[in-house]
Amino acid sequence: MPSLIDLVRSGRTAEQHAPWRRAIVDAKTWNLAASELASGQWSLLGLWGEQAMVHTAILDDETAEVAVLSLGCPDRRFPSIGQHHPPALRPERAITDLFGLTAEGSPDARSWLDHGEWGVRHPLGDPIASAGASTAYAFLPAEGPGLHQIAVGPVHAGIIEPGHFRFTASGETVVRLEQRLGYVHKGIDGLMTGAEIDRAVRLAGRVSGDSTVAYAFAFSQAVEAALGVNVPSRAVWLRALLAELERLANHLGDIGAICNDASFNLMQAHCNVLREGILRAADVAFGHRLMRDIIVPGGIVRDLDANGRAAIRTAVDDIKRRFPELIELYDNTASLQDRTVTTGIVPAALAKQYAAGGYVGRASGRAFDARRRPGYAPYDALRFEVPVLEDGDVNARVWIRIREVEQSVSLTGQILDRLPDGPLRAPVSADAASREGAALVEGFRGDILAWIRLSDGRVERCYLRDPSWFQWPLLEAAIENNIVADFPLCNKSFNCSYSGHDL
Amino acid sequence: MRKLLFQSLFRSPLAEQPPLPEQAAVDELAAAVQRAARQRLGRSLSVREIDAGSCNGCELEIHALSNAYYDVERFGIRFVASPRHADVLMVTGPVTKNMREALERTYHATPNPKWVVAVGDCARDGGCFAGSYAVVGGVSRVIPVDLHVPGCPPSPVKILQGLLSLLDRVTASDTSS
Repeated sequence: MPSLIDLVRSGRTAEQHAPWRRAIVDAKTWNLAASELASGQWSLLGLWGEQAMVHTAILDDETAEVAVLSLGCPDRRFPSIGQHHPPALRPERAITDLFGLTAEGSPDARSWLDHGEWGVRHPLGDPIASAGASTAYAFLPAEGPGLHQIAVGPVHAGIIEPGHFRFTASGETVVRLEQRLGYVHKGIDGLMTGAEIDRAVRLAGRVSGDSTVAYAFAFSQAVEAALGVNVPSRAVWLRALLAELERLANHLGDIGAICNDASFNLMQAHCNVLREGILRAADVAFGHRLMRDIIVPGGIVRDLDANGRAAIRTAVDDIKRRFPELIELYDNTASLQDRTVTTGIVPAALAKQYAAGGYVGRASGRAFDARRRPGYAPYDALRFEVPVLEDGDVNARVWIRIREVEQSVSLTGQILDRLPDGPLRAPVSADAASREGAALVEGFRGDILAWIRLSDGRVERCYLRDPSWFQWPLLEAAIENNIVADFPLCNKSFNCSYSGHDL
Repeated sequence: MRKLLFQSLFRSPLAEQPPLPEQAAVDELAAAVQRAARQRLGRSLSVREIDAGSCNGCELEIHALSNAYYDVERFGIRFVASPRHADVLMVTGPVTKNMREALERTYHATPNPKWVVAVGDCARDGGCFAGSYAVVGGVSRVIPVDLHVPGCPPSPVKILQGLLSLLDRVTASDTSS
């Protein structure tokens, strides 16, 4: 069994890549990595392409080491990792759609993001004009007596993002769910290429609206790693404050929305009042309810004054005072528990295989939190727990969020108590050399991977991997053998991002 | 639960005073409201929200309209599950090429008279996503737009102002006709 570092050493190390190593490897090493991923030794953190190369970021679960492996594809093909390790399948299909690189041996050659509507194929590789005659998507068959299909979306009944779900059901029971995504593909990878850093961070903050802080955070960290920028400590701490406020607002919204999908809207009414309190405090403190465009490479653009500090304290104290009653209500309402307990179970083995981040992974025994490992400042100086449960059902995903709300409340207090003084932003100077950086930041939904190559102050290639890439497939597994009516509940308990996934 | 319910009964309401309609939005709308529509609509609006490519930021703020602070149902504004039940389509996002057909179909599934409110900076002209191979552009490139609410995302108050100006226009014309 090779260690990740051995694999990296066997390749040619890329200069100017930080903070982890990147190695350009041959097909043999690439395949070896695929089989190690398949054996469960390592976790797949990301898989992305560019003109004539594919990259994969790999996490060694034991040591929390991360490395990037790259394989040149001069003949526009690369050995599929997905044929050994299914979590790689969708990223490979996206690479083929965007760059025209073929994953050899992949059992799924269907296009993923490309719906035949762009007027062009392989827009980021060698573009070929296409007439746009879209053919019907070949959903995987499920056959048997009495089975019927239910097609849902892309426009859904609620105020949510678009995507298509194809259910095959036997009576009330779901036999198979297949997702079709890509509807909100905006071509962000393409827009990033050639963009100046200022524009690129704004784009990063608009990959997934609910995680605007986390994306700007991840993007900025990657840029700072590439250019060797030291962020002033006050900015480092304020970034964590922003991130925890975002986590609080989203978790509160989710807990309410999950209960609402079990027809218990009292919880939602109260949770949304607490959520609104956080958003209003954010507005007072940072001038934007979702705290968009505050984090930038080098630091942050807005300081926290006494007013803002007081507003955040008030909102967080409000949660401290009122949230325990809501937890009790959730725990003691039999009709609600009846819906959430044992519904939509994600087996621990699947969560591990897909390296599922966030509450999806942690509700199924995967104790991973990027704030802790690989870890980044200021979390190394803060006290917090990473809650982990084993049940893997909707209830467990609710409880992880409940526990994380408590942790974020505590973190917010610690940060406000210990916030250092000083400057907010370090200069970000770019030279003509090509420099690469990467970062793994824990958003509310899970770990966001950012990888960037800069030259001359412009983005040559930027890859942002939403946690949803490795959570969406698990939703297909979780709903199996549940009833159709429990799908909204399961879906909300995952709350995967469509926009973050579709890019 | 009983305790919570009782507390809610005795606490003063959280709901905000309704914001004043924004003059610019009212003006933009004036031309769009037709006589037949006023008569049919009365004082209520059924809204169907369509995400045609947004980052989900606008959806979060549209969602917030239903919380206790903004409580849009008190103005007769309801979010409905089907375009067949809608008077207003509230559309967000730069329209992506992959969503264009779905948006068109939803528009045609909505009975007349109908209005389209485009929400967010992207919905006007594609915002920071304009020019991408995968983006058509603003909502008006695909379906006719009656009112635009700017912002990234617009706050719930701004969205509410937009909707209220729509409603005020409709009601005012209704009583005068």
